[in-house]
Amino acid sequence: MHRYANPAQFLRLARAVQPWAAALTAVCLVAGLYLGIFASPPDYQQGESVRIMYVHVPAAWMALFVYTVMAAASFAALVWKHPLADLFAKAAAPIGAGFTLIALATGSLWGKPMWGAWWVWDARLTSVLVLFFLYLGHMALTNAFDEPTRGARAAAILALVGFVNVPIIKFSVDWWNTLHQPSSVLRLDGPTIDPSMLWPLLLMAIAFTGYFLCLVILRMRAEIAARRVRALRFGRTAG
Amino acid sequence: MSPFLAVLRRELRLAQRQGSDSLVALLFFVLAVLIVPFGVGPDPDLLRTVAPGLIWVMALLAALLSMDRLFLADHEDGSLELILLSPHPLESVVLAKCLAHWLTTGLPVVVAAPLLGLMLNMDATSLVPLVAALALGTPTLTLVGAIGAALVLGARRGGVLVSLLVLPLYIPVLIFGVAAVDAAIHDFPVRPHLLIEAAILLAALALAPWACAGALRHAAE
Repeated sequence: MHRYANPAQFLRLARAVQPWAAALTAVCLVAGLYLGIFASPPDYQQGESVRIMYVHVPAAWMALFVYTVMAAASFAALVWKHPLADLFAKAAAPIGAGFTLIALATGSLWGKPMWGAWWVWDARLTSVLVLFFLYLGHMALTNAFDEPTRGARAAAILALVGFVNVPIIKFSVDWWNTLHQPSSVLRLDGPTIDPSMLWPLLLMAIAFTGYFLCLVILRMRAEIAARRVRALRFGRTAG
Repeated sequence: MSPFLAVLRRELRLAQRQGSDSLVALLFFVLAVLIVPFGVGPDPDLLRTVAPGLIWVMALLAALLSMDRLFLADHEDGSLELILLSPHPLESVVLAKCLAHWLTTGLPVVVAAPLLGLMLNMDATSLVPLVAALALGTPTLTLVGAIGAALVLGARRGGVLVSLLVLPLYIPVLIFGVAAVDAAIHDFPVRPHLLIEAAILLAALALAPWACAGALRHAAE
């Protein structure tokens, strides 16, 4: 891990990984969308609207996944003062907020025909909304200081404190009797979802993960470049 | 005298001499609750229904109102750096400051709550759970808010930022606090909700001082 504390080493790795991640995203997105929209059967109860699932569920998974990785990176940033962990958390937060917003919006579109309401104050929905505000708070705190490292450290502590919400979201459908359905893929006794629907779902999840990887690498490279520009400008004014 | 007691005495003396700060939080709480009947109308049944949630939300806002001042004065006049340099654990200092903050702003809210409950037409039987839930919940508000207050030290527009950071984390306290009162109104057992509220308090008591002390160390760097 400390090998990649050197930005040059990291950039070499990033340049090697990025095209592969982009290719994986493109292939899985096309295949997942084709299987999801054309090849998979409509649900026996929900009809065609079940196809919202192929965007909604991967986005919700990513919302939790990105926050978890961000909390892990924040931990590394605080304990080992890893310079790129700060950068990663800063780069990942807006993407995670985007995934959370997609999950909330598609969930709302799905809720209207199924539950008869755009929004219900259900434990799962409310806790995901809280997650969205945690992302926004993280972004606001990162940018609230004149000195970037101070903002990064403060945001890292906030990310760790806010991590208590992640298990609450994951298990909210098991702990409380909610309108939102319980988990049907990640279960101890195996998925209860039919393979014809599981495959497009998994392909879309891989596509979303690859997309996240692409974007986060892009944003980290941009941030490293911006820091170099800043350092060069300082050097010029000093010299 | 132990550093914990020394800090506690200093904070309480400061609050007593400066007076207004803690009084303002209480006055804000009372006024904010009393202004609602003007907005929604004086219908007793309606007021009885919304009273528990209303009192809780206003208690939460009153806690936030005074939150960003918790470390700000010490940060500005440099005493925070002296506290950091002292050999005593920063966590116990944080805990003492939180206790002083709760005694000066949280406790008056807890005391004033049943009176406001009566004015909003709440039943006498549901007032005891309201006070118990507030007594268990408001210290959590202070402890969690202290993390936010420490994080924004030196930030631009820190006061507004504290609300954005801390309000999402206040939601569990609010949910179980209101649930306890609602349970009492509808003749369900109150105990489980109060126990969860107490569990949240214990977790905050154990973890928040560490997070807060960590944030303060970064703020002084």
